[in-house]
Amino acid sequence: MNPIISVTDVVTRFGDNLVHDHVSLSVGEGEIYGLLGGSGSGKSTLLREMIMLQQPESGRLEVLGYDLNRLSRNEAAWLRRQWGVLFQAGALYSSLTVAENIGITLKEYTALPRSIIDEIVHMKIAMVGLPEHAAQLYPAQLSGGMVKRAALARALARDPQLLFLDEPTSGLDPIGAEAFDKLIMELREMLKLTVVMVTHDLDSIWTIVDRLAVLGEKKVIAEGTLEQVMATQHPVIRKFFYGERGRLRSHHGK
Amino acid sequence: MTGRLPRAGIEILAQEKETRIQSFGDWRAETLGELPHDLEKRLSRLKAKKVLWDASRISGMDSSGMVLLTHYLNLLRGQGCEVELSGLREDQQKLRAMVDAYAAPSTAHKRQGESRLLSLLADTGEAVAGAWSDLVSFLAFLGEDFLVFLGLVLQPWKMRWGAIVKNIQEAGVRALPIITLTSFLIGVVIAYQGAVQLQKFGANIFVVDMIAISVTRELAPLITAIVVAGRTGSSYTAQIGVMKITQEIDAMRIMGFEPHRFLVLPRVIAVMIALPLMIFFADIIGIIGGMVVANIHLNISWMEFIHRLQNVLDVKHVWIGVAKGPFFAWLIAMAGCFRGFQVSRNTESIGRYTTISVVNAIFLVIACDALFSVVFTRLGI
Repeated sequence: MNPIISVTDVVTRFGDNLVHDHVSLSVGEGEIYGLLGGSGSGKSTLLREMIMLQQPESGRLEVLGYDLNRLSRNEAAWLRRQWGVLFQAGALYSSLTVAENIGITLKEYTALPRSIIDEIVHMKIAMVGLPEHAAQLYPAQLSGGMVKRAALARALARDPQLLFLDEPTSGLDPIGAEAFDKLIMELREMLKLTVVMVTHDLDSIWTIVDRLAVLGEKKVIAEGTLEQVMATQHPVIRKFFYGERGRLRSHHGK
Repeated sequence: MTGRLPRAGIEILAQEKETRIQSFGDWRAETLGELPHDLEKRLSRLKAKKVLWDASRISGMDSSGMVLLTHYLNLLRGQGCEVELSGLREDQQKLRAMVDAYAAPSTAHKRQGESRLLSLLADTGEAVAGAWSDLVSFLAFLGEDFLVFLGLVLQPWKMRWGAIVKNIQEAGVRALPIITLTSFLIGVVIAYQGAVQLQKFGANIFVVDMIAISVTRELAPLITAIVVAGRTGSSYTAQIGVMKITQEIDAMRIMGFEPHRFLVLPRVIAVMIALPLMIFFADIIGIIGGMVVANIHLNISWMEFIHRLQNVLDVKHVWIGVAKGPFFAWLIAMAGCFRGFQVSRNTESIGRYTTISVVNAIFLVIACDALFSVVFTRLGI
């Protein structure tokens, strides 16, 4: 397995609050990798560190072979083009329409003419399963599921190799969540993406995640495939997978 | 890295029977460069029966590149060419299948320009309808506010006195430095302007009349109200607007806390109490400003100034100025709160409504002041 992201001995602290105490994990090429953990376990923080929105106190983060601590400006700019990020609340620019949101990086960073950008944008919109008329709507006019899809289309605008998803199915109804999971699977196949997702949706974990890491007590409690993780006898994992909500799933499996 | 990747390009080889298009380089969004313009220039007028498009020398391709390629393949077909594409690698063929599957019909998004006259009429209609619905919703806001206020008059212990005090501090006490500065300068300006004219007649002492009456009756109330509109009115719109976006207002409604009792009335009442006091304060500072100029520029001593002030400044002038305070305050606070409630779900609208609320408040204050002038003149006060 070829690691695309590797996190080694990362320590993060907010004031006196220690969030990560020597956290290490690695994400392989083409995987859908899940970051799990309860609220406040620092999974979103770890994701933010991977995409250079935040810096750990110490430790090493390597993405696509680049050490995030030693990047020249050009390398950082290149790296940022290699990934797309779906923020939890979508983070669509509220003053732009969906089409403008999706096309903005193409418009700013490439010399493509408008007509071609329009075609690309329409393709991405169709790809994530949004209806055509959504293109001209503003984010405030979209439903929760449509916001997620639009944000996903924006994340995919420049064909990234890496896709980061921060709780992609939170706030979606079960049917919408399932459809979204399926969409991510399909896109992975089509675009050969590596996907890193923060989630605590048990259904997503069962159906689409290849490997996962469980964060808790400031460390990585377990990492590996679902079977490997579930075999771990740690109380947090017992609780997570064999609690009231987890039990049903564990019985029925995939 | 991008810099090392070969630029994308094409070569056209026209032969007898067929035209061969050789494409090469890296067809990704960042490396396409001038290629789209080049393609447009060279292919849009290409007349050939048969076109062979060779893609085997394309080193890399992303969906932007594929969309571009597909676009021009379709264009050539549209021009009556028989096009054959060859040399796509396996992954590129998959990409092509994907682009074909999701490509939107390119005719779908072409909007024709409407006639100028029609759009002018439509805009006018929209503006009128907008103004009308604004008025209706303002009246509804006013009505709700009044009902809640009546309820509180009957049950005064339900009034949020703590919030009122806090708002007085925020809107009144904290504004004193800027009020001091502006009203002092207004006094200085009036004194200077008057001094130049009055000196010509040797009527220096009348500068006292001028400062005293103009500041207390007109200028202090107006300037104070405008400062408060800019400072407090805008912050009310922004505060309430953010609460609306974060759904705090909805949360209050479902818990049975009327927003008018908790948010609007405390603010309105606080400004109505604070503004008259601030006007009185501005009166004093403005007169002091005039006094300083009179002393330096016109050689009127402090004692002389105060003696004259006692003779010319009827208390009624001060009262009239101060009495405008609650009216101005009501207009400012109501405009600020009302616009705050109009903020919709996007962040841009906060800025828009904050601007509108300040513009509204200042206009209303000046209009109200004009009305007062007419009324007072008619009444002979």
